[in-house]
Amino acid sequence: MSEKMTTNTPWQDLTIGGTIYDAGNAREFKTGDWRSQKPVYIPEKCKQCGLCFPVCPDDAIPVNHEQKREDFNYDYCKGCGICAKVCPFGAIEMK
Amino acid sequence: MGIRERLSGNEAAAIAMKQINPDVVAAFPITPSTEIPQYFSSFVSNGAVDTEFVAVESEHSAMSACIGAEAAGARAMTATSSNGLSLMWEMIYIASSLRLPIVMSLVNRAVSGPLNIHNDHSDAMGVRDSGWIQLFSESNQEAYDNLLMAHRIAEHKDVQLPLMVCQDGFITSHSIENIELLEDDKVKEFVGTYKPEHYLLNRKEPIAIGPLDLQGYLFEHKKAQAEAMRNAKKVIAEVSADFEKMTGRHYGFFEEYKMDDSEIVIVCMNSTAGTAKYAADRLREQGIKAGVLKVRMFRPFPVDEIAKALQGQKAVAVLDKADSVNGAGGALFEDVTSAMFVNGVTVPTVNYIYGIGGRDVPASDIETVYKDLVEVAKAGKAENPFRYLGIREK
Repeated sequence: MSEKMTTNTPWQDLTIGGTIYDAGNAREFKTGDWRSQKPVYIPEKCKQCGLCFPVCPDDAIPVNHEQKREDFNYDYCKGCGICAKVCPFGAIEMK
Repeated sequence: MGIRERLSGNEAAAIAMKQINPDVVAAFPITPSTEIPQYFSSFVSNGAVDTEFVAVESEHSAMSACIGAEAAGARAMTATSSNGLSLMWEMIYIASSLRLPIVMSLVNRAVSGPLNIHNDHSDAMGVRDSGWIQLFSESNQEAYDNLLMAHRIAEHKDVQLPLMVCQDGFITSHSIENIELLEDDKVKEFVGTYKPEHYLLNRKEPIAIGPLDLQGYLFEHKKAQAEAMRNAKKVIAEVSADFEKMTGRHYGFFEEYKMDDSEIVIVCMNSTAGTAKYAADRLREQGIKAGVLKVRMFRPFPVDEIAKALQGQKAVAVLDKADSVNGAGGALFEDVTSAMFVNGVTVPTVNYIYGIGGRDVPASDIETVYKDLVEVAKAGKAENPFRYLGIREK
């Protein structure tokens, strides 16, 4: 059941109850366009303390293999501003 | 053949659940269905079933737990009444739209307020558009039998909808009547095991259930749900036929009592049908050709079959044990008259709201309905179709 469902798919061909037979599919749903304010990352001020990415409700703060955060992935940033609020060093500014 | 017993309607429902032995039961006690989870939890304690019993903190949680269990791939059941069902309301729609074949024993009670714990059908009527199959039961025997048929109907691949078996609070739930039970092994064989095609605990196929379903999709999913409800009709007929083969007990979409030669008919549901049959017999002694049409399958509604059954009658009364408070008729009346209209059946038909909040419905009240129908039949038309039965008024 991996055929793509689109808004042209007739009702008979949709999955029962809208169930998605695939794991990790939230990545395909980009919520970034809900944003009205955007966080800006200032790497010079960032101490890599690790407080920001666990509070992100979506997947907007990528963390690399060295456990360091990278710049925002705005595809998934709704602009909630929680990361900016928890940052103790002023390394995230809402604009 | 069968085990002769005498049980209350609640005992009958609990024993049906014991014999079904579902994977999960999540329930919260509420009058008059309290005894069902109470008896069932003793079956769990005694090791008579291997069900996971979840003693939840509210009915909202009861239905949520059933949804979680059913989505995981388990067979889940619950029981409730009245305001308990009201508290489940949000999750009732989730269960049906996620197409989870949960089975509920609904012991009908008035939805408050003012506070009332007795029988009417306002709880069931409140969820008549929620996408649950609704079967009504005249007696403890029918409540038991309908529950034994429930999973095979709900879980059928062309259906996959939740199902509630209704019976009248106190009137049947607390009255002890004779009943014929099936042997455990027969029930087990008839009900079968639940083998969902897709379920959350299948590690070979990770899935997401209940995702966001916006403008581009919800309409189509609702259409699929509506089609499943239409399919349920065929499946209910098949499962009922199988059940009859095993037990000799016949279950149609509705029961026609003395309608072969009837001229006036009362349409009703649940325990009132018993009183109506008694009243019809009394009137037949006076030469009045009275009949009863007892609706068992309210959702899906047997539109064409009911219209056909009522064709040629001289007058019909539809009894609603819940007031829709809509300035018009009750839910059953609307469905019956709409079924007649679309099938071109024009019989003078009147509606009676009755038995609200457990108001007793004596045979003498039902007889007055038949007497009214004799007048309607004579006149060939009904003045004031929206009536009340047994109300005090000046």
